[in-house]
Amino acid sequence: MSSSTAKEAFWQGFRSGLPFLIVLIPFAMLFGIAATEAGLPLAQTMAMTVLVIAGAAQFAALALMEENAPILIVLLSALAVNLRMAMYSAGLVVHFGALPVWQRAILAYLIVDQAYAASAQRFEQEPGLRIGVKLAFYMGTITPVFLPWYLATWLGAVVGQRIPPEFALDFALPITFIALIAPMLRTPAHVAAAGVSVVLALGLAWLPWNTGLLVAALAAMMAGARVELWQGRARP
Amino acid sequence: MTYSDATIWFIIGALGVGTFLIRFSFLGLIGDRPMPQWVLRHLRYTAVAVIPGLVAPLVLWPGATGGVPEPSRLLAAGAALAVGALTRNTIAAILAGIVTLYLVGWAL
Repeated sequence: MSSSTAKEAFWQGFRSGLPFLIVLIPFAMLFGIAATEAGLPLAQTMAMTVLVIAGAAQFAALALMEENAPILIVLLSALAVNLRMAMYSAGLVVHFGALPVWQRAILAYLIVDQAYAASAQRFEQEPGLRIGVKLAFYMGTITPVFLPWYLATWLGAVVGQRIPPEFALDFALPITFIALIAPMLRTPAHVAAAGVSVVLALGLAWLPWNTGLLVAALAAMMAGARVELWQGRARP
Repeated sequence: MTYSDATIWFIIGALGVGTFLIRFSFLGLIGDRPMPQWVLRHLRYTAVAVIPGLVAPLVLWPGATGGVPEPSRLLAAGAALAVGALTRNTIAAILAGIVTLYLVGWAL
């Protein structure tokens, strides 16, 4: 299949990106609803969704903005959630490092969890693919992700304005967060990190300017890394 | 939310630029150099390190109730966590949380 054309690769990628819609559409709509509930006008909700395209970070920023946290804390916490994308960037450089810088910039803007996962898997299965074919595949996986992301956010924001407060939509945000994290608790290291994060964030809630969260997050990352090391030594 | 309009636009812009720089980091600036193992090991846990700490106070002390713990929200959070951990399915977990929130809220 290493002879496959760019066009074929695009549609292969497109098909492997399609299943993500099932998660992505409701998630983006929830962001639109939650942002509207928090008081953001449509233009700001859409600007955030288009510029950031990273649901968890958008929700994180929104949660802290609702608490009127200091700007620096909002930015640091939300960007920390996105740090994992540096790993994806490092993973993609192996395949796309030879592209001109403007193409790499567009590619970077379009890095999301799902497209990275699908592409990394495919490129590993077929190591001999030409760079043009890889690019077409990547653009294929991202196409059914980013456009529906914008549209569903817009729909959520428009619909969200008409939902009365009895529906407790303020709680859509915490539920979405828990639903995002719970499936990631698959190793002792992830559980340890989450546990340390919760305990310290609650215990340090008295610290000014939400700095307790930053301390909790740093300690939790170290806890996760430490438990991973212990586990690695337990079964080499 | 009591930020000025300009502040909110600043936050949105800075988040957009910051997120882009994280995504562009290796592709654009750092290039094909291997990252030290210890850095990768910490990066793996960023999401599980930040989000649980962010969400725990929202569950225990919800703003909508003036910071007082409230049974339907606690149970909804528990349901989302349990279903998410067992099924590994985000949408199932969201549904479990919302259904629990409404059922318990309605029953009380």
